[in-house]
Amino acid sequence: MDILKFITAGSVDDGKSTLIGRLLYDSDSILADQLEALHSSNRKNDDGSIDLAILTDGLKAEREQGITIDVAYKYFQTEKRKFIIADTPGHIQYTRNMVTGASNANLAIILIDARKGVIEQTIRHSFLVALLGIEQVVVCINKMDMVDYSEDVYNNILKDYNTLAGKVGLKNVHPIPVSALKGDNIVNNSDNMGWYKGESLLHFLETIDVSVDNSTEHARLPIQWVIRPQTEELHDYRGYAGRVSSGSFKVNDKVTVLPSGFKSTITKIELLDKEPEEALAGMSVTVHLKDEIDISRGDLLVNSSYQPEVSQLIEADLCWMDTRALDTTHTYFIQHNSKVTRCKIQETLYKVNINTLEKEQSDDFRLNDIGRIIIKTADPLAFDRYQDNKANGGAIIIDSRTNVTVGAVMLRNVAD
Amino acid sequence: MSKYNQLDYLDELEAEAIHILREVAGQFERPALLFSGGKDSITLVRLAEKAFRPGKFPFPLVHIDTGHNFIETIEYRDAMVKRLGERLIVGNVQDSIDQGKVVEQKGKNASRNPLQTVTLLDTIAAHKFDACIGGARRDEEKARAKERIFSVRDEFGQWDPKRQRPELWNIYNGKIHKGENVRVFPISNWTELDVWNYIRREKIELPSIYFAHERDTIVRNGQLMAASPVLNMDEDDIIERRTVRFRTVGDMTCTAAVASDAFLIDDIIDEISESKISERGARIDDKVSEAAMEDRKKGGYF
Ligand SMILES: Nc1nc2c(ncn2[C@@H]2O[C@H](COP(=O)(O)OP(=O)(O)OP(=O)(O)O)[C@@H](O)[C@H]2O)c(=O)[nH]1
Ligand SMILES: [Mg+2]
Repeated sequence: MDILKFITAGSVDDGKSTLIGRLLYDSDSILADQLEALHSSNRKNDDGSIDLAILTDGLKAEREQGITIDVAYKYFQTEKRKFIIADTPGHIQYTRNMVTGASNANLAIILIDARKGVIEQTIRHSFLVALLGIEQVVVCINKMDMVDYSEDVYNNILKDYNTLAGKVGLKNVHPIPVSALKGDNIVNNSDNMGWYKGESLLHFLETIDVSVDNSTEHARLPIQWVIRPQTEELHDYRGYAGRVSSGSFKVNDKVTVLPSGFKSTITKIELLDKEPEEALAGMSVTVHLKDEIDISRGDLLVNSSYQPEVSQLIEADLCWMDTRALDTTHTYFIQHNSKVTRCKIQETLYKVNINTLEKEQSDDFRLNDIGRIIIKTADPLAFDRYQDNKANGGAIIIDSRTNVTVGAVMLRNVAD
Repeated sequence: MSKYNQLDYLDELEAEAIHILREVAGQFERPALLFSGGKDSITLVRLAEKAFRPGKFPFPLVHIDTGHNFIETIEYRDAMVKRLGERLIVGNVQDSIDQGKVVEQKGKNASRNPLQTVTLLDTIAAHKFDACIGGARRDEEKARAKERIFSVRDEFGQWDPKRQRPELWNIYNGKIHKGENVRVFPISNWTELDVWNYIRREKIELPSIYFAHERDTIVRNGQLMAASPVLNMDEDDIIERRTVRFRTVGDMTCTAAVASDAFLIDDIIDEISESKISERGARIDDKVSEAAMEDRKKGGYF
């Protein structure tokens, strides 16, 4: 069985948490004691029915304010697959938490309130979903119960959304009209919208293909740790431990260590007492090489035939996530895979105006601003273009004064 | 092997956890693995073997001992440490009581469970641990469902849920100031059933109390508890021998048993798959209020 990781996104109060609650409730994934807590809670819907949003709104402040502040992770499974859901906040102030949830998702459910249509946060979240490279998008036009389940309302919003999707570059967009509150088209097909001939949300989630590319072209293994027992019987043991971030490695593959450029051959792949012939994307392994070369944490092992870029000057997309604005004179840290080095934002190329999606000249990057920059790093990074290879193209910026993660970086190409 | 495929879910969860453990080893000076004797921390130990063998663990195991543990847990712990050849550090709640740092609760529902936060924080300070690995899972409880994998705690061990750092992809930011530390949860994304399926697949041995056995029990606040002097029993407590097992194992005063005939791991997996009650339904410490866990975490609890 495989795992599908998805997020819910969209504006405040569009019904993200309610939709997740409904998904869990209608698929019988809520246990009796949790259900009891749901019934006895004093947060109820206006009609007195239980508020499904409190299943994920787990913080006191969230329940008091009736909004989601930080990502909640929920787990459930059907006969077809396992799901890891990240319920993200719609409020603009907490965009960084949405980005946190979105960074690991294979699919995004973007909700739109049928009464409001496409609004600023819909645009922002759609833009971020595209920027973060989430391949599959389900647009749920929600609260259909409040617009008499009208096909016209649905079609009009969909038209707007398709325009938006084209502008931000989302390719696989699957629309579904739903009511999270009433349960229409969530787990079961709705009787209220005979005009909708598509599948229910759950059915779609169960069957969408999200397999990953394991081809050798993208073979990347960031080294996290060198295992050297240095005991008498294991005197010469030297294993390089890490998780294959993309592609795959086999015994006898010719490999290169970056940034040093040393070359060798894989002699053995280990996982405790097993010796698999092949290390696939996602696997944590220990590899052995033919030659004794200098490798340490932060190095990247790649297939010698398919090498990534190596550079200290890189053009990248940036999402700024801190209340303190970006300071182009300050030295930050950048963390890419297992490597941390110092960096400066050498140049800001443009910022995106979220309402118009136009590029604007500005080096004033504040909380939630998104745009393009050139980064200069103290040590070279061995990276792939994020849109081709998420695993080796993403990095974070850390403020050396506060140690807080302040920026998400999607690397693009060597800057000239 | 086809070009496109996805790992089986247990392999994926395992690989993620190993990656996190190795990040801890690579990023911190003085990490520790908090070992409670429960199935989740036992799973962590197996994952650490996968991450670091044939080398030694780059951290000691730390057990905060309330003195009210099940004897089976302690025996298991000691045998395991011997088999592994790794270092064990024990922080005793009794010491914190003797030093007057905490006061033992009185009465029938007295428990040392809340006291262990102080012992934990003292142990962290005494050994200058900068990262503590724990076996908490997000599916256990609604506040835990919100916590990052690298969860930064301030000098007082406090979690601030409104100021969590962004955590992107599988890049974990372990940078901290002096005095702060990070709690790390490698099996955040595992469910209770995932842990059991993994234990079965890996043939991991567990303390016997996880399996159905006969024992003297009493009923307290509607829950089945192991009869023991640490429960402050009196004439009203009627001791009855029952066939039970424990679904989660903590301090004897706060861990309830369930009536069960699950003698084998396959039985347990069947039982959990069909169960309509969550695991923490058997934890008295979570029942205090709707925000019990969140409040304890803000105070430094795991
Ligand atoms: N009528 C109707 N109301 C809905 C529907 N879905 C959600 N709501 C209501 O909309 C309000 C907001 O729902 P939430 O699920 O908390 O919204 P959210 O998108 O999670 O909000 P944030 O997380 O704070 O961004 C609640 O009062 C819900 O009961 C729906 O399909 N129909
Ligand atoms: Mg919400």
